[in-house]
Amino acid sequence: MIQQLLYALFTVVLGVGGCLGYFWGANLLLDRILPANATNDTQAVRNLKLQSSIRPWLFLGPALILLTVYLIYPVFQTIWLSFHDKAGTSFVGLDNYSWAVRDSQFRQSIFNNLLWLLVVPAACTFFGLVIAVLTDRIWWGNIARSLIFLPLAISFVGASVIWKFVYDYRGEGQDQIGILNAIVTWFGGDPQVWIAMPFWNNFFLMIILIWIQTGFATVILGAALRGVPEDTLEAAVIDGAGPFKIFWRIMVPQIMSTIVVVWTTITVLVLKVFDIVLTMTNGQWDTQVLANLMFDWMFRGGGDFGRGAAIAIVIMVAVLPIMIWNIRQAKADGKGGH
Amino acid sequence: MLERFRLEPSRAFLHLAVILIVALWTVPTAGLLVSSLRDKNLIASSGWWNALTTSEQSGQGRMKAPDQQVEKDGHFEIAGNLFEGEKSSGEITAFSTRVQQPDQYPAGTTAAYDDGKTLIVNADGSYVYTSPVAFDGKRGQRVFYISKVPPKFTTENYSTVLFSEGIGQSFVNSLTVTIPSTIIPILIAAFAAYALAWMKLPARGLIIAIIVGLLVVPLQMSLIPLLRLYNMAGSSLSQTYLGIWLAHTGFGLPFAIYLLRSYIAGLPKDLIESAQVDGANDFKIFRRIILPLSFPALASFAIFQFLWVWNDLLVAMVFLGTAPDKAVLTYKLNSLLGSRGGNWEILTASAFITIIVPLAVFFSLQRYFVRGLLAGSVKGG
Repeated sequence: MIQQLLYALFTVVLGVGGCLGYFWGANLLLDRILPANATNDTQAVRNLKLQSSIRPWLFLGPALILLTVYLIYPVFQTIWLSFHDKAGTSFVGLDNYSWAVRDSQFRQSIFNNLLWLLVVPAACTFFGLVIAVLTDRIWWGNIARSLIFLPLAISFVGASVIWKFVYDYRGEGQDQIGILNAIVTWFGGDPQVWIAMPFWNNFFLMIILIWIQTGFATVILGAALRGVPEDTLEAAVIDGAGPFKIFWRIMVPQIMSTIVVVWTTITVLVLKVFDIVLTMTNGQWDTQVLANLMFDWMFRGGGDFGRGAAIAIVIMVAVLPIMIWNIRQAKADGKGGH
Repeated sequence: MLERFRLEPSRAFLHLAVILIVALWTVPTAGLLVSSLRDKNLIASSGWWNALTTSEQSGQGRMKAPDQQVEKDGHFEIAGNLFEGEKSSGEITAFSTRVQQPDQYPAGTTAAYDDGKTLIVNADGSYVYTSPVAFDGKRGQRVFYISKVPPKFTTENYSTVLFSEGIGQSFVNSLTVTIPSTIIPILIAAFAAYALAWMKLPARGLIIAIIVGLLVVPLQMSLIPLLRLYNMAGSSLSQTYLGIWLAHTGFGLPFAIYLLRSYIAGLPKDLIESAQVDGANDFKIFRRIILPLSFPALASFAIFQFLWVWNDLLVAMVFLGTAPDKAVLTYKLNSLLGSRGGNWEILTASAFITIIVPLAVFFSLQRYFVRGLLAGSVKGG
C-alpha cells in the first residue's frame, strides 16, 4: 500500500517534472533555433516574428492534444459508432436508433429523464433563492449556508448511502430504523418501501440530487443577490412595495441571467446523472435513466457499442442547445477583452 | 443590504424557517455519522435518533448443554449466565423459551412448565433451569429475552471496514488515483490559459469557443471511443493508473483552462507589458509573474478537480476496473451496498470514510471553492 502511494507521488514528480521540462525545453529550443540576437538585423526581426508565432502553440500544445484525444475525437467517433453494430465494425444505418425508439427501457429512461429535468433544476433554483434570501437576513446565515452547502462535497455514492439509510424499510410492527418510515409510523401511517414504489420512487431519487445541488444554487444566487444595487430596493421600499413584490419584481428580474446559469448548469448535470440511480436501484422499479442505461449497454453481454453510442448521442443532443447558448454567451463576454 | 426592509411575519419565524431548512439538510448526514459509531446490534434494533437513550432489544442465548447438569436435592439443575461468552450485555426485563413470545415471563420470576421443569432468568442474565428428571439431548435449551441496553458507542465498525472489508486498501487506491489526476492538469492548463489570455494567436477566439463548448460535453460521449482506444493500446493504458490519470486530466482540462484563462486575463496588463519591455520572455513571465499571482485560481481548480476525481465512480469503473487492488472507494462502497445491503454498521462506517476527505478539504478551503464556483458559473457556466 505504501509502495502504491510512493508510486503515485513518484508519478506526480515525474509528470510535473516532465511538463516543466517540456515547456522549458521547448522554449529554450525555440530561442536557440531562431536566435533573437542574430548577426544581421533583418534576420533577428524575422526570427523574433517567427518565435512569437510559434511559442503560443508550444504552450497550448499539450492541452490541445489531450483535449483532442479525450473529448473531440470521441465525439465524432461516438457519432460514427452509433451507426454501426455492437462491435463497431459493420454499418447498420439507423438501426440502433430505431431499436431505441422501440425499446421499453429506453422509453422509460426518456420519460424519467424528462421528469428529472422538470423537477431537479427548478427545485434547486427555488430552494437556492429562498435560502439565499432567508440566510442573508440573520446573523448566523453564513453558518447555515455552509451546512446547506456541505453535501456538495459528498460523492453521489456516499449521498446515496446516506439517503438509502433515510429510506430504510422494516416490516410492519418492527422498529423502523430509517427516519422517514419512523416519522410516517409515528404519525400513524404504514411504513413504505420508498425506492420500490414505481413513479414516486423517481422523486425519492431526485431528492438526493436536490439535496446535493441546492448549496451550489444558494452560493451563486446569494452572490448575485448581493450585487443587486441598493437604490433599486430603496426606491421600491419608498414606493411602498411589499417584501414579496420586491423579491419577485425587483430582485429576481435583476439576477435573471444568473438564474439561467444555475438552471442550465444543473440541467447538464441532471442529464448525466448516473451514480445515484446505479447505487440506489440500478434502474429497477421503473427508475432507469439514459446515463445508466448507456453504461449498462456498454458492458451488457460483452458490450453493445452501437446501442451505447446511440444513447450517448441522445444525451448529447439534449445538451446541445445549452452548449450553443454558452458559446454565444462567452463570445459576447469576450468582446473588448484581451 | 436586505435589512432595509422587513419581511412579515416576524423575525422569530425567519429564524425558525432557517433552522428547519438547515435541519432538513444536515439530519441525513448526522444519522450516518451517529450510526457509524453505534454498536451493530443497536443499529439494527433501534433508530439512530435513540442513540443516547436506553433501548429495548430482543435477543437470544443458549443455556449450557445437558452434560453440564448437576444433581441437587433430588432434581437436576443447569445454571449459568446467558451473557457468558457473548458480546451482548444489558439488563434483561423478560424472557421465554418460545421465540414468538419473548416477553412471556418478567425477569426474576419462575416459569413453570407442564413437565415439571422450571426456569428462572434474572436481570443480570444468570439463570437456573431445573427438572425432576435428568436433562437429555446434546445441546442446551435456547432462551429468548427482552433486554434494556444502555447507549453504547464504539469505533469497532471503523476498524472492521478498514481492515477486513477492504476499505483501507480502497482508500489508498483512491489517493493513488486522485493526487496525480489533480496536479498534472494544473500545469498543462495554466500554460494553455496563459497562451489564450496574453499571447498573439490567430485562432484564439475559435479555440476558446471550442473549450467553452467542451465544458458541457457529457462524459458519456467519450466513454466508448476511449474504451476502444484503451483496449487497443493494451496493458499500458487499459485498466491502469496511468490510463485513469490521463483520462481525468483530459476531462478536467476544459474547466481548468476556462477558469484559469478568465483569471489570468484579468491580471493587470501593465505588469506583463513592463516585464516584456525588460526583456523577459514568455516562459519567464509565466513562471515569475503569472504563476504566483494566479494562486487563488489554481487553488480553486485544484479543489474542484480533487473533489470531482475523489467522488467519481463512472470514470473509475470504466477505465480502472474493479479488481481489489484498484477498486476506488466509491466503487467499493457501491459494491458493499450490493453485498452487505442490510449491514448498516458496515455501510455507514464505510460511507463516512469515503466522505471524510472531501469534507475536510471542503471545510479547510471553502473560500477558494466558493471563488471557483462563482468564477466558473456566473460567467457562462
